[in-house]
Amino acid sequence: MSKIHVTTTVNGDEVEFLTDPRETLLDCLRDHLDLTGSKEGCGTGDCGACSVTVDGTLVSSCLMLGVEAEGKKIETIEGMAGKDGELHPLQRKFIEHAALQCGFCTPGFLVASKALLEKNPDPTETEVRYWLAGNLCRCTGYDKIVRAVMDAAAEMRGAA
Amino acid sequence: MTKNGSSEFRLVGTRPNRPDGLDKVTGRARYGADASMPGMLHGAVVRSPHAHARIVKIDTSKAEALPGVKGVVTRADFPTGLTGEDWDLQENTMAGEKALYDGHAVAAVAATSPLLAQEAARLIEVEYEVLPHVIDVDDAIKPDAPAIRPGAADHSVPEGSPPNVVRYLEFGHGDIEAGFAEADLVMENTYKTEATHQGYIEPHACVGQLGADGKGEMWVCTQGQWYIRRMCAAVLGIEAAQLRVTPSEIGGGFGGKTTIFMEPLSLALSRKAGGKPVKIVMSRSEVLRATGPTASASMDVKIGMKKDGTITAGYANFRMQGGAFPGAPVDMALYCAFAGYKLANVKHVGYDVLANRPKCAAYRAPGSPMGAFAVESLVDEMARKLGLDPLDVRLKNAVREGDKASYGPTFGSIGLVETLEAAKAHPNLKAPLGPNQGRGVACGYWFNHGGETSVSMAIGEDGTATVSVGTPDIGGGRASIALMVAETLGIDYDDVRVNVVETGALGVNEPTHGSRATFASGKAAVESTNQAIKEMCRRAAAEWGIDPEAVEWVNGAAQPTSSNAGKFAPMTIKEIAAKMGSTGGPISGHYEGLPSGVGASFGTHVVDVEVDPETGRTTILRYLVVQDAGRAIHPAYVEGQYQGGAVQGIGWALNEAYIYGEDGRLQNPIFLDYRVPVASDLPMIDTVIVEVPNPGHPYGVRGVGETGITPPLPAIANAIEHATGQRIRHLPISPPKLLKAIKSAAPSGPTLQAAE
Amino acid sequence: MPVIDVNLWSSLRRFAGGEEIVSVEAETVAGMINALKKAYPDLAPALDAGVSVSVNGEITNNRFAPLEEGSEVFLLQPLKGG
Ligand code: FES
Ligand code: FES
Repeated sequence: MSKIHVTTTVNGDEVEFLTDPRETLLDCLRDHLDLTGSKEGCGTGDCGACSVTVDGTLVSSCLMLGVEAEGKKIETIEGMAGKDGELHPLQRKFIEHAALQCGFCTPGFLVASKALLEKNPDPTETEVRYWLAGNLCRCTGYDKIVRAVMDAAAEMRGAA
Repeated sequence: MTKNGSSEFRLVGTRPNRPDGLDKVTGRARYGADASMPGMLHGAVVRSPHAHARIVKIDTSKAEALPGVKGVVTRADFPTGLTGEDWDLQENTMAGEKALYDGHAVAAVAATSPLLAQEAARLIEVEYEVLPHVIDVDDAIKPDAPAIRPGAADHSVPEGSPPNVVRYLEFGHGDIEAGFAEADLVMENTYKTEATHQGYIEPHACVGQLGADGKGEMWVCTQGQWYIRRMCAAVLGIEAAQLRVTPSEIGGGFGGKTTIFMEPLSLALSRKAGGKPVKIVMSRSEVLRATGPTASASMDVKIGMKKDGTITAGYANFRMQGGAFPGAPVDMALYCAFAGYKLANVKHVGYDVLANRPKCAAYRAPGSPMGAFAVESLVDEMARKLGLDPLDVRLKNAVREGDKASYGPTFGSIGLVETLEAAKAHPNLKAPLGPNQGRGVACGYWFNHGGETSVSMAIGEDGTATVSVGTPDIGGGRASIALMVAETLGIDYDDVRVNVVETGALGVNEPTHGSRATFASGKAAVESTNQAIKEMCRRAAAEWGIDPEAVEWVNGAAQPTSSNAGKFAPMTIKEIAAKMGSTGGPISGHYEGLPSGVGASFGTHVVDVEVDPETGRTTILRYLVVQDAGRAIHPAYVEGQYQGGAVQGIGWALNEAYIYGEDGRLQNPIFLDYRVPVASDLPMIDTVIVEVPNPGHPYGVRGVGETGITPPLPAIANAIEHATGQRIRHLPISPPKLLKAIKSAAPSGPTLQAAE
Repeated sequence: MPVIDVNLWSSLRRFAGGEEIVSVEAETVAGMINALKKAYPDLAPALDAGVSVSVNGEITNNRFAPLEEGSEVFLLQPLKGG
């Protein structure tokens, strides 16, 4: 099958790649752009490990085709820390609260949580739990993840 | 940093950031599917759509003709003549004469891209002769069930047993009939649990390379790189030493990544494709259809109890299927079932039964949750009938140090009573319950394990330390080992780096299983460190010209034991390390052995639920885990183990189950239909870490990883009966099942009843 | 050599004259297994197929684990599952 040329912006950088039209955005990020921070846990939109934002909207990149990225602005886990490597408060709080065990779900949770806090800087525990219901974690039982997100939100509000 | 409990240590018991945290929050950590190699091909696997079928013919010609396809393998490419467990592994890797379950691999192909490999897999034509199949354990044990593997039974199976029984267990002590005669109440019931999957979010993935010279390499997500090496070597008929296996970061395992699935296929394909590396990444549905679920169980339990709650006798008869291969954990289920109870009279009987399902793999405390579900449910039913408090009944019968375990041996130091007392004192027990709400309690047990362990550590030129361990870091293992080494050496936590190394770097290590990483690798790391300390004391003594025996190690420095030995200022690790190149060379320590002194871990859980009488949906209101950790090295990761285990148990109790159709095919092989708990299903999971130190470990550690999945199954069933009056003895307690029970028991109008 | 009392599981007892506890002389786990096979040849197939051994309350894989007079020894059906 002939490939399609795609130009898009990922974490602020303009990038180009050739993709088979059957490949997902997740495949393109991982296999063509070497951005392996987004993970595939299911490929069916059920686990959230592949979460990225596209033009500011949270999406499961396994459910979007690579060709649909043309002209879009995509943010992935690799773009979350500052240019100098300074961690986003969510990243820092995840480490401090031991909100990861194996860490495989972590990129997806961080991207999804960041999208939540941009919409709702002061979420209740229930709002956090429902927003993150599309992200599966098999290791932690979610307790420490929810605490880390609430704590990061509080810090970000205080800092703002 | 906050201290937890005792403060006799500088670092042990604190909560520093984990050393691999930064990599894991930035997406930099490399998991199984994140590696590529030059010239790499991609593999895809053809799987049986039938539960049981003779493979008549496999035609690979169309696939091989496709441009970009570099190799195809079937069972014909594997050596013959394997026996026992090696044969089981080979047969599960790739079907031989018969496909034994839906999803069983029958062929594999390597091509230049993942999409091309999948296309080629679709072009492989397999002709099947479909055979009768059997799925449910109670059907599989019938004398007229389709025989799955005649001749697979071992010596323990009495003659004349049904064809799918491959192992028989019987053990116990005392006289159960006499025990039942002493009781005021004797009850007997049957309980069932369904197969569940470990559900690690990372699918199995590897890159394998094997040349014509028999030398190979593998990158793989696994709990045990040496197990992968040994098993792949056996299945492929190559030499273990020629295969170098590097573990990736691992995205969860829970026991399911202690064995092989498609790993040998990548090596076989690589060999066929001229030694090019081959990457295979499973899809989620492949993971659910063809890798490790746990066993399903059908269990009879009979218990005799006196009016005051004293248990006079217990009897368990368990049937478990673990797929089309021997190995259902019926042994562990029986060993754990009554482990919390001091029993004068107890008898256990067990059957390992074949069924047309994937080969079961270990899943967190294998067998223990099933056994606990049966026994802890029945104990609760009886306590309720006798009007006794369920925690008091457990306290009355609880095993203590020096008591004989239900499976025979005498317990050393254990903390069951301490967990029961801590649970009793917890504020959750005083929380008021409203309508449709109920409270349930249950206990759980796991032995824990030491196992083959090899660790090495070395002092750097600047006085820092590097530790090489063979147990992949599944939930903070590097952090806890670094804490213990830093504590022992008297240096900062940040001055220790713990690496999980490949098979070439150490002697054989068992996987991270049996809750052994912090116990066994930790104990080995401490012993290695003590060796290095001894050498540093020797170097200081030589420098001072005194007897090495007169030097001790205090706060990161060598010093004379007393002023009699000589008057010298302490020599710090930095000073000793800086000079080591001219005082005798590298300073290191290592440990190879079978660490003994394993400490068992008991836990007690208390759960409050609310059941919606309109829908049958159960909501967890409060959840409390109390468990004995011996000593929590890094309390945050101990809590994490408790919380994660409890939530897996909650899933098992309420939702998760393998659902098969009449055709023997798995009907829910995606996360949408195999629904694991999500954040909005749950409250915070409260934890209490009880610390009854294990005398067999330098810092008192007991394994903590597994016990936590055990109590939720019965605790939730017990809470649901408290809330609704309905006792459900077959998991999962899904909304439709519970609703049906509530509706059929509800006082409904006489006309309605007549209509039914 | 120390005399070791070995506890047998129920279905093993028929190979040892119905005894629940048998005594053999041995200094290690391996020595104990060999002595059992010598004293009760009918036990050999079951023992060769694999047993788990608990010494003083701990299940051990170490065939050289030392035994002494008074060591508590249980043979358990091999823990294989999982
Ligand atoms: S991989 Fe995209 S949602 Fe699971
Ligand atoms: S930390 Fe392992 S899946 Fe979330």
